[in-house]
Amino acid sequence: MHGKASIPGAKKGFSLPQVPKILVYLVGFIPAVWLFYAGITDQLGADPMRYLEQALGLWALRFLIATLTITPLRQLVSINLLRYRRALGLLTFYYALLHLVTYTVLDQGLDFAAIGADIVKRPYITIGMATFVILVPLALTSNNAAIRRLGGQAWAKLHRLVYVAAIGAALHFLLVVKSWPMEPMVYAAIVVILLGYRLVRSLGRAPAPRRRPA
Amino acid sequence: MLIRRSSDILPSEITPREVYLTRRQWMAGTAGLALAAALPQGIEAAPLPAAKSPFSTDEKLTSREDVTSYNNYYEFGVDKDDPVKNAGSLKTSPWTVTIDGLVGKPQEIGIEDLIKSSTLEERIYRMRCVEGWSMVIPWVGFPLADLIKRAEPLGSAKYVAFETVSRPEEMSGLRSIFPVLDWPYREGLRLDEAMHPLTILAVGLYGETLPNQNGAPIRLVVPWKYGFKGIKSITRISFVEKQPPTAWNKQAPHEYGFYANVNPNVDHPRWSQATERRIGEGGLFVKRRQTLMFNGYADQVASLYQGMDLRKYY
Repeated sequence: MHGKASIPGAKKGFSLPQVPKILVYLVGFIPAVWLFYAGITDQLGADPMRYLEQALGLWALRFLIATLTITPLRQLVSINLLRYRRALGLLTFYYALLHLVTYTVLDQGLDFAAIGADIVKRPYITIGMATFVILVPLALTSNNAAIRRLGGQAWAKLHRLVYVAAIGAALHFLLVVKSWPMEPMVYAAIVVILLGYRLVRSLGRAPAPRRRPA
Repeated sequence: MLIRRSSDILPSEITPREVYLTRRQWMAGTAGLALAAALPQGIEAAPLPAAKSPFSTDEKLTSREDVTSYNNYYEFGVDKDDPVKNAGSLKTSPWTVTIDGLVGKPQEIGIEDLIKSSTLEERIYRMRCVEGWSMVIPWVGFPLADLIKRAEPLGSAKYVAFETVSRPEEMSGLRSIFPVLDWPYREGLRLDEAMHPLTILAVGLYGETLPNQNGAPIRLVVPWKYGFKGIKSITRISFVEKQPPTAWNKQAPHEYGFYANVNPNVDHPRWSQATERRIGEGGLFVKRRQTLMFNGYADQVASLYQGMDLRKYY
């Protein structure tokens, strides 16, 4: 077994038995296929459109969280799943796109005046839309050609926008519900932990502050 | 504003309750009700004979399945399908409603006596949730005004305050580490709103006693207000002088007002109230419909709010 990835540190840790990446996509799309099928066959309860819309959004957040766990898994417990990260990131984008399409087409019936008003007036929609906009360049540059063109460092810098997207997605979820139910708070806490981990680690690696002269 | 009536559905097309329940079942139902009253907990839905009402809409009913499986009843969980799963643990018999405060005749009434001594009517009302969806529900109940008259409110009584039962051992939501609301659930109405003929205490739906997830054994229904005003499983009705605290208003005062009248022109701070999705209409491809002022009951209730700034008193 050998790590082929070009990103430094990729060889660190052990790799689990490798599966073809296409399998990640195939498995990753099962929820979407199931949801659309169940929606069309009236198996999503009394309010199927809302169920579909929320479930797709939730899966986008789940894949985003999965994408963000690859690095800590490698660094903390030496499990290297780096070769699947791109697939997970792109699944995040695809689910976010399906979520957005459900909102614009099924929920709002392509009423662009209402959608525009929502984006301007409703913070959770503003944040949700901004989060999607952030994901677009990340999805477009999730290929080897883009990494070569941008150069590894610039590419890595650009893809740090995923942290902003994670905050946006968690906020979007928190703001759409009434009161403070458990589920969005749990997802927000996971995002905070995953980003906090990176922050702490980057602070730990920063050069020690100069001692103040006596 | 006119009450919109869907012209494509004739009143005659709506399944009459008599068809729903055969006469035999009615009779068995009366016996069943007495039996249910005798049992420690009344779980089985019992038929409730009720007269028709001119206040009923002739719009297409939301299916019983949807009405009883898509609920907001946070005492049993925050998801729409939580109440139907969890509300069975609530013991609704014996049950008494305490009437107190500024009344000439404070009293405790057992639910069976209350039902027996009331003239039940079927009221088919639109129900608009503050979340942006709506249903058409055939309630069975009686005007709240009937009960208020029996209590003989004093001249100083200006508001009516309602309280939901609070039993953590029977209500899973009350045992949550992070309470979603400040329990017990409380609601309130101005006395004139409470006396309005459209305002009812419902004890049933679809011709049968209320399922627990819909607020058994007795709940408030105020069809021109957002659904959360319709407090469920009522144990106390108090007559007070000052506007009483209400659960959602306390939780987020800028989002949920005391009045909570359905109003397409005053948005929830986080979402529009201009349109709604009618549950069971179109499935995945549901088309939004315009939300009507006072949920379509403007002719009957707009006068209650004459001269009030409905943006301020949302």
